[in-house]
Amino acid sequence: MNTFLARSWLARVLLFVFAVVIAAFFVTPLLWLITAPFNTQANLAVTIPSNPSLANFEAVYNNKFAMRALFQNNLIIGGGVMVLVAGVATMASYGLSRTHVPGRDVLVYVLILFSSVVSGTAAMVPIFLLVFRLGLIDTYAGVILVMTGGLLPSAIFIMRDFIDSIPRSYEEAALVCGASSLRVFRDVALPMVRPGVVVVAIWAFVNAWGAFLIPSVLLRSPDRMPASIASYSFYTEAGTPNLTLLSAYAFLYTIPVLVLYLIVNWRFGFRFFGGIKS
Amino acid sequence: MSRSKFLTLMLVTSLVMALVGALSASPAQAQEPVKVTITARAVVGGVNNNLAVWLTTFAIPTFEEMMAAQGTPVDVEFVEFGGGDEQLKEQYALDLSVGSGYDIMAFDGFWVPEFVGAGLLKPLAEVVGPEVNDWEGWGHISEGIQAILSYQGQRYGIPSGTDVRQIFYRKDLFEQAGIALPWQPTSWAELLDTARTLKEAGIEIPLQINAGTAMGEATTMQGYFMVLLGAGHHLYDFDDGKWIVKSPGILDTLNFYKTVYVDEGLGDARMQLLQDGRNRSFVAFRDGQVGMLVEGDWFWRSVIAPGSETAVENRNEVVGWAMMPAKEPGAGYRGQDFVTISGGTGWLINPNTPHPKEAWAFLSYMSSRDQVRAFELIQPRISFRDDVEVAGDAVMTAMANALLQYSTVRPMLPEYPLISTEIQLMTERVVSGEMSPEDAMDAFAEAVTEIAGADNVKTLE
Amino acid sequence: MGPGRVAWPPSLLERNVERKHAIFPARVGIIFLTPTILFVVVFLLYPFVRVFLLSFTNQTLLGTTAPNPEFVGLANYQRLFDPDRWMRLGEFGSALEITVQFVVGSALIGQAGLGMLIAWAFYRKRGVLREAVFTLVILAWIIPETVVAFTWVAFLDWEFGTLNSVLDTIGLGRPDWLFDRPLHSIILFNSWRGTAFSMLLFSGALETIPPSYVETAEVVGANAWQKFRDIFFPLLRGHILTDLILITLWTFNVFTPFLLTGGGPAKRTELVSIYTYRTAFMGRHEFGKGSAIAVVMMLINLTLALIYLASIRRRRVT
Repeated sequence: MNTFLARSWLARVLLFVFAVVIAAFFVTPLLWLITAPFNTQANLAVTIPSNPSLANFEAVYNNKFAMRALFQNNLIIGGGVMVLVAGVATMASYGLSRTHVPGRDVLVYVLILFSSVVSGTAAMVPIFLLVFRLGLIDTYAGVILVMTGGLLPSAIFIMRDFIDSIPRSYEEAALVCGASSLRVFRDVALPMVRPGVVVVAIWAFVNAWGAFLIPSVLLRSPDRMPASIASYSFYTEAGTPNLTLLSAYAFLYTIPVLVLYLIVNWRFGFRFFGGIKS
Repeated sequence: MSRSKFLTLMLVTSLVMALVGALSASPAQAQEPVKVTITARAVVGGVNNNLAVWLTTFAIPTFEEMMAAQGTPVDVEFVEFGGGDEQLKEQYALDLSVGSGYDIMAFDGFWVPEFVGAGLLKPLAEVVGPEVNDWEGWGHISEGIQAILSYQGQRYGIPSGTDVRQIFYRKDLFEQAGIALPWQPTSWAELLDTARTLKEAGIEIPLQINAGTAMGEATTMQGYFMVLLGAGHHLYDFDDGKWIVKSPGILDTLNFYKTVYVDEGLGDARMQLLQDGRNRSFVAFRDGQVGMLVEGDWFWRSVIAPGSETAVENRNEVVGWAMMPAKEPGAGYRGQDFVTISGGTGWLINPNTPHPKEAWAFLSYMSSRDQVRAFELIQPRISFRDDVEVAGDAVMTAMANALLQYSTVRPMLPEYPLISTEIQLMTERVVSGEMSPEDAMDAFAEAVTEIAGADNVKTLE
Repeated sequence: MGPGRVAWPPSLLERNVERKHAIFPARVGIIFLTPTILFVVVFLLYPFVRVFLLSFTNQTLLGTTAPNPEFVGLANYQRLFDPDRWMRLGEFGSALEITVQFVVGSALIGQAGLGMLIAWAFYRKRGVLREAVFTLVILAWIIPETVVAFTWVAFLDWEFGTLNSVLDTIGLGRPDWLFDRPLHSIILFNSWRGTAFSMLLFSGALETIPPSYVETAEVVGANAWQKFRDIFFPLLRGHILTDLILITLWTFNVFTPFLLTGGGPAKRTELVSIYTYRTAFMGRHEFGKGSAIAVVMMLINLTLALIYLASIRRRRVT
């Protein structure tokens, strides 16, 4: 047999084995999430339930507080953060890319450092006081604005190179033809940058979907609490988790982001086009 | 008729109708209801469901009806909190610090000193007025229970419940090991011997007593205190006003832990050091792997009760309880043969409330005999009023009758939560084998001296 | 040219440098940047300055130091680095040591290494296999924190967990992960969790390499290692740097391992993020001290970024 063909066949087998190992590593921990909610007896083992039942889901459904948290508040907060972060970060990265800003890269990195401090536990009291003075305690707006502020630097960092790597020739041509800068941005640049915007939007949504700290500090009404906090309503008064109900709730909590990713990946493809580099 | 005349007729007619309506309305209907908010960690269909249900279906509607009939309508809103206990505390701290927050708040007794120290709470008499001291309920609540929400001689709220702690054991495993029932040890030696017998009979975890930082306050209350009080003294000398940081009693306590977890393997150290250890201990008890577990009365009425995830089948036949003995008869705190300690929760009124009188009206109403009785029917628990019995659960009644007389409470001081953390750390170090009891006690003494100040600590010989 | 050296055509070695030039005047740039500037000033700078100032006080949320905090200068910082006890378990030094091990294991080796490996393996491949693997890796990244924490506690359970069932079946025994090897457990967990970002970044970066470079290399007879060393690595240097900076920062601050081990057993996996949480949210809620920790961590990350930058610059081929 031709050694070239043999080598290429070997390479393909190796790749297949590698893929299977990686896939197994990434999927195995999630198996519990698929089996536990359908099990009436709480267990840490992954057991295929002998008579799968939806009883846990029914019990979870009766917790109106938790249901509202997940299917209303998470969507509002997640959606708000997604739109705001994607919009503002795109504009900012575009501005940073197409105009000369001295020390641009250093600036963005410094902002990222600041955001790491401000999203930590130590900043919670200053943030609370700030939002209180703005009159935004217990509002969706307060939570969305604070989270956007925290995610913005990293979002700009990610977007920056997407935009940098797109050739300016089209925009320059449009400018020469007399288009205003806003039109250039909206009609020429934006369609080209869209894949990057999608990535940042999803990233922001996922971050907001799972957020716990900021909502716990800034929200009060049970009507506005997100799912991460509502999970605790499935704990007992002694503080121990009710595994059967929690697994069902966790299952429901995961589905929306999963579906969103699958749809976006199918429509736009979820990739870092061109990667990011400093 | 002309258009303008028609309009004028319409206008006049409606004005007349409005006037007639206004005049015929009774004064009560013309008054705006006062809004009062109450919050607790309870969610309908979730955590503490019984409390939420009682409030929303019984206490609040009957109160609102009563107030409306009196002509002073009050709208009470129950705000569910579905987060964790720590988040609730943090929320209270933040809200109170900026002068906001809900009108009536469910509070854990031992939070009170810290909050008062931070200037966030005021005594009931200051918030509402001196009439609070005339409430009929005080006469039916013992001094000890009133102390749960009192600080420096002032009442800050009305207690809603207290608890006691004891040893729960599995009768079926005891029978298997040939131990005589009913069982009530009278000394540590007997307790440990029973554990050894269970171990020989093949029971995996003969004795489980809380230790370590993962379980938080549960370690200090159900674990450390139960042993320390049996060793002869409290954490704090109430006469002197000093924290006891070194003593033979503390050493005995740590050695007890060491015997159980390190030397003889009578307990499962793993469970004490894992993040979800408490839940594991409940599951293990349910599954018959644990012989004896030191917990509180909620263990009986809630954790292993029918319907719970960790329910024990045939609980009434299979599970028994016994009082925690002192080291030897008469060697316990206050010369007692048996020991226990009680925590407590209750309701406070927010000093920032715009409607203190109405808030007090509801609070005293829901703490009245009939209302508490109604709650007992949904959730039998140790009652804080002496005119309300524990309904429908003979075991709970027996536990209350036997143990309340031996009980004591935690020192209500702002440093307590920090010192409790040091206690948990101390037990963790002994149970994990990291330090010897002597070294752990020294580290504890050092830390508490730093927290409380050298003038406020003492050593016993 | 000695053995092992490949005769690269000169054209291959020219780097295609895109000149960054402005196409809009600064005035227009400001308009695009205005919303960001607003956010940054209100929700980033202001809280940051407050945290910085807080670090010099003994502010707490409860207790007597709450209404009357005092200015204590550098006392918080000194207490963190107190030579007598900072390396004890449960103190800052110990947390720092644990966190460094955690970052090296889970960010550098775990996420970046594994991410690069997967991106490299599927370079220029298409098809179901690639889609499946990528989707699963990304899934691990987007599932909410609390959910993954639960699944991993179940996965790592000594008695019932899937990992041990698998290991037992292939004869490797049943290690008590959360109890005996807590640090390994959280490293494994965090690598699993974060690989997607690095994988996507490197995958995108690889795509920017013109296929002609690689084909030329193959024609010239280079093997995989030489291709990596002389084409991919130099061209991807910038990307690798960016990735490392970001994931190091994120991993230093990640808090989810708390839900697995609670910082234990006995404080053996108490990362700095968990130490900060314990300081600022438990006990007396010491926000002054917590702020000091946050500032120190920021400075450490800044230093690391500078080190990364310097090391890449030095290796630049002239």
